[in-house]
Amino acid sequence: MHPAYNLMRHVYGWLLLTPAAILLIAFTHYPTVATFYESLFSKGTAIRPSRFVGSANYQAMIEDPIFWKVLVNNLWFAAGTIPVSVALAITMAMLVNRSLPGRSFLRMAYFTPTILPMIAVANIWLFFYSPDIGLIDQILGWFGLPGHNWLGDPATVLPAIIVMTIWKEAGFFMIFYLAALQNLPPELEEAAKLEGASRWYYFRRVVFPLLMPTTLFVLVNAILNSFKLVDHLFVLTKGGPDNASNLLLYYIYENAFSYFDTNYAATLTVVLLTMLAIMALAQFFFLDRRIHYR
Amino acid sequence: MTGIEITHLVKQWGELRAVDDVSFTVDEGTLTVLLGPSGCGKSTILRMIAGLETVDGGEVHIGGRNVTRQDPAERGVSMVFQSYALFPHLNVRENILFGLKVRRVEPKERESRLTNAVRMVGLEALLDRKPAQLSGGQRQRVALARTVVANQPVCLMDEPLSNLDAKLRAEMRDEIHRLQRSLNLTMVYVTHDQTEAMSMADQVVLLKDGQIVQIGSPGELYEQPATDFAAQFLGTPPMNVLPIAELETQDFTSDGSCFLGIRPEKIRLADSGLAVEVSAVDYMGAETVLRLRHHDNTLMARIDGRTDAVPGDHLHIVWSREDVHLFSKEGIRLGDR
Ligand SMILES: Nc1ncnc2c1ncn2[C@@H]1O[C@H](COP(=O)(O)OP(=O)(O)OP(=O)(O)O)[C@@H](O)[C@H]1O
Ligand SMILES: [Mg+2]
Repeated sequence: MHPAYNLMRHVYGWLLLTPAAILLIAFTHYPTVATFYESLFSKGTAIRPSRFVGSANYQAMIEDPIFWKVLVNNLWFAAGTIPVSVALAITMAMLVNRSLPGRSFLRMAYFTPTILPMIAVANIWLFFYSPDIGLIDQILGWFGLPGHNWLGDPATVLPAIIVMTIWKEAGFFMIFYLAALQNLPPELEEAAKLEGASRWYYFRRVVFPLLMPTTLFVLVNAILNSFKLVDHLFVLTKGGPDNASNLLLYYIYENAFSYFDTNYAATLTVVLLTMLAIMALAQFFFLDRRIHYR
Repeated sequence: MTGIEITHLVKQWGELRAVDDVSFTVDEGTLTVLLGPSGCGKSTILRMIAGLETVDGGEVHIGGRNVTRQDPAERGVSMVFQSYALFPHLNVRENILFGLKVRRVEPKERESRLTNAVRMVGLEALLDRKPAQLSGGQRQRVALARTVVANQPVCLMDEPLSNLDAKLRAEMRDEIHRLQRSLNLTMVYVTHDQTEAMSMADQVVLLKDGQIVQIGSPGELYEQPATDFAAQFLGTPPMNVLPIAELETQDFTSDGSCFLGIRPEKIRLADSGLAVEVSAVDYMGAETVLRLRHHDNTLMARIDGRTDAVPGDHLHIVWSREDVHLFSKEGIRLGDR
């Protein structure tokens, strides 16, 4: 090969890569590195400027009881929302994938929670959960049951937010499952039917395995979402009472913009990013091998 | 007794009557081909026999039992789909065994049936492949093996060969026919390819617009077509059907017949006879097909070997009286001449 020609090929290659690379570096890689760098410095004040402290912020984090509480909350939140919303999404998709009257209306209805703005959703649920005048308490009242301050009680506030999140996410995930289901050739079900396979058997042995690529995608999304929740908390609880509904990202937000401790917020962010990266990699590596892609 | 009997079968899709009062019987161990142009209701009939489509009128009997409202799995039928309907995430072995596992057949029995079926269709080396790693013909074999292990007395096939190339199609056609005979299957086979119908069928059911045009052996359909449609559907090139009024021969007008049918291979070139003009010459090797024009009508003639005729030539053609088919104005057969 002619050396000049070879060189030109490399130049072309890099030129073609440059726009995407600039965007990625400027908005993803640089901020990540900058965050990590910042997490190694102390909080600066007017009297005491910020200085290098090494892992002191991480040390403080490990000793911070709120961090642990928020982390545990987050795990409960993920464990509470993800399996239920994925199962609901599959069920709803199977339901509306059949030819029944009013099918498109039903699809719309399931999808509506997703297209509503987050803040509007939170407001609707604020009305549901309000003590005494809220929808839930009114319904309970009809049956003579006492009302409850759902969002004011540390025992019920996290479950209340979990229920709302499931309501919002299930419809969104349903769309992906619906698309995947519509790609399944109908002969597969007919072939199974001729062999005498029950609906459940067909679902378990054929539909579910064929939906696995979608499930992986949905799972990754669901986990990311469960660690990214901020806006609902902002409207509904502000993380309270007593941090009972505080989640990691909201805690980061509080540190950065309420307490103006950007260095501690950066420390927490590094931990969040590391966890997300590990989880995404784990899912791709462990699940990928067991998934059939067409 | 595993014959199939279909009586006055009807399927209505809204306004469209896709299957209109269809009745026929398939004797045990024979192969019946449902033949007809696209959209004539072949698949619909087959799917009603299988139980995959509800019946709007009439009855389906299999082995003497009325199965019209019965669950597909209880009818004792297996089916090969045009798209093969293989499960893409399962390997060949699992695909073949799927039905046996559903039916909870014992593992030992399963294995022996699998071994047998795989040997019959020649898939021994491919058991661990996924369907995506198979060629069209191999996928077809997996679908066949699935039918073989099912051990059902009745087998339904919906255009099983239409995704294959011509050579493979001929090969698989023979293989299906061989399987059908060696397993003594009662088979209903849907196709719109008349060569397949002619070469395999014990009985052909010719359909048009949801109605039966003619039922009979391939020979009967070819030699005594019931209508001009049947005459033109079977045989390549199709039979020539000409209005008698426009022919110079006056022999046939007396009995009210309106159309004359003559197969292309029965036409001979001669020094005198019907005067025609050559409009095209298709040389096929062993034979030559001449497209001829007579007034406004087009005819085809099949001549052995090669001819010197070129487009624009004027020729004379003749045929024997006994090769002529006569049809009424409505296209109904009037008996041989
Ligand atoms: N699910 C359906 N809903 C409405 N009409 C249908 C449906 N299935 C088939 N039809 C109509 O019924 C008629 C017969 O269809 P069918 O599939 O039986 O034809 P076919 O003879 O198998 O044709 P092909 O050779 O193209 O497969 C067609 O006109 C078709 O449009
Ligand atoms: Mg069809």
